Amino acid sequence: MLSKRIIPCLDVRDGRVTKGVEFLNNVDVGDPVAMARFYYEQGADELVFYDITASNERRGIMIEVVRTVAREIFIPFSVGGGLRNLDDMRAVLLAGAEKVSIDSGAVRDPSIISAGAKAFGSQCIVLSMQVKRTGARPELPSGFEVVIDGGRLFTGKDAIEWAREGERRGAGELCVNSIDRDGTNAGYDLELTGAISRAVSIPVIASGGAGEPEHLREAFVSAEADAAIVASIIHYGKHPIPTLKRYLAQRGVEMREPPRLERSIN
Amino acid sequence: MIAIVDYRAGNLTSVARALEHLGHRCEITDRPERIVSAERVILPGVGAAGATMDNLRALGLDRVLLDEVIGKGKPFLGICIGIQILFDRSEEDDARCLGVIGGRVARFPNQLDGRPLKVPQIGWNRVRQLTRHPVFTEVPDNTHFYFVNSYYPIPDDPTVTIATCEYGVRFTAAIARGNLVATQFHLEKSGAAGLRLLDNFCRLVN
Repeated sequence: MLSKRIIPCLDVRDGRVTKGVEFLNNVDVGDPVAMARFYYEQGADELVFYDITASNERRGIMIEVVRTVAREIFIPFSVGGGLRNLDDMRAVLLAGAEKVSIDSGAVRDPSIISAGAKAFGSQCIVLSMQVKRTGARPELPSGFEVVIDGGRLFTGKDAIEWAREGERRGAGELCVNSIDRDGTNAGYDLELTGAISRAVSIPVIASGGAGEPEHLREAFVSAEADAAIVASIIHYGKHPIPTLKRYLAQRGVEMREPPRLERSIN
Repeated sequence: MIAIVDYRAGNLTSVARALEHLGHRCEITDRPERIVSAERVILPGVGAAGATMDNLRALGLDRVLLDEVIGKGKPFLGICIGIQILFDRSEEDDARCLGVIGGRVARFPNQLDGRPLKVPQIGWNRVRQLTRHPVFTEVPDNTHFYFVNSYYPIPDDPTVTIATCEYGVRFTAAIARGNLVATQFHLEKSGAAGLRLLDNFCRLVN
């Protein structure tokens, strides 16, 4: 049986991780490569890096980070943030990322979803969306609205319909981030995640709000998510990945347990 | 030197990085003489069967693989699309493939017991070892490996299957015959277990 994936998220600005990790002793907590390596060894199933670099001139720094990470860790990882066209995607993939995560750029120009899928394969294209509850109305039947540009711009797009469109256009996976829950530690938006899981037949990644191990179980079981993004729940050492996995496995959720090999080869 | 066959598709550099990490010398190449002189040959990749076969034929590499690599018993490793093109045919693009291993490549069903099955399979799945093949040295049975696939191989001769996996159906996840080994899962993205398997292949003795 396919296991559910736990995906740590690292926000990177100008080549440095922005949210610190307080519990690591020998790891440079600002260094994305060291942190990727740490989570890889902890049993992360995948990683995602969001480049939140403000200026365009400094975007090349992220490509260097990707190149170094790809030499150090041997699980899939995706890169998102500011990807607007095929050239942006190609640069990240050539540097060694397995997938690209496209968000605001795809809302502005939905044709980049299909162009990316055609050029690199659907399995490379993660359509990521920021969603806010703004109330159901005729043009927004679900009441879940897609927002872009870091939550500043409301698009009027219904998240459920956008998910279906993304699938039609060739996205390989959908990452659904609840702006309402982000940073609250109150749990994923299960209603939103579940509605999207049931609307599409590609994998759905829950994002935003994880604060307790039970929140992941709810996302996987009630909302039928295939994977879950984790950030502060692991960054601050409260529930390290092995603890999360043990909690979930004991409750019948299929989890990948990294093997203990006789000779370490990480 | 290990030759990684460049057929103008797929993610070839991730396999190269994994080999370098393990300390093995490798070269991404489409030159027949480099492939012929290599100690081992790897055909990795993500892609469609039809396009992969078209590219291999256009580069003349189908004959090189058949006559000079697999035909001569040179250690060969196929990964993902690299296992699928070893068979006679693939349902993907209705492609005629290399025909080294008798059988076909089929698509996962979209539904299972009335419930939708997500295709492609993306993620970590358990691999059950049917025999203690040397490539599995120090890799425990039922270890998870990383898969991205819509299609899976069905060998005519079940004894070539050395490992299986379940996704809606139970399918062949790895095969071996002589010095030929191939996996449906991505060794280069499967963490320590994948690296171990890759290293084991690089140490297989003729």
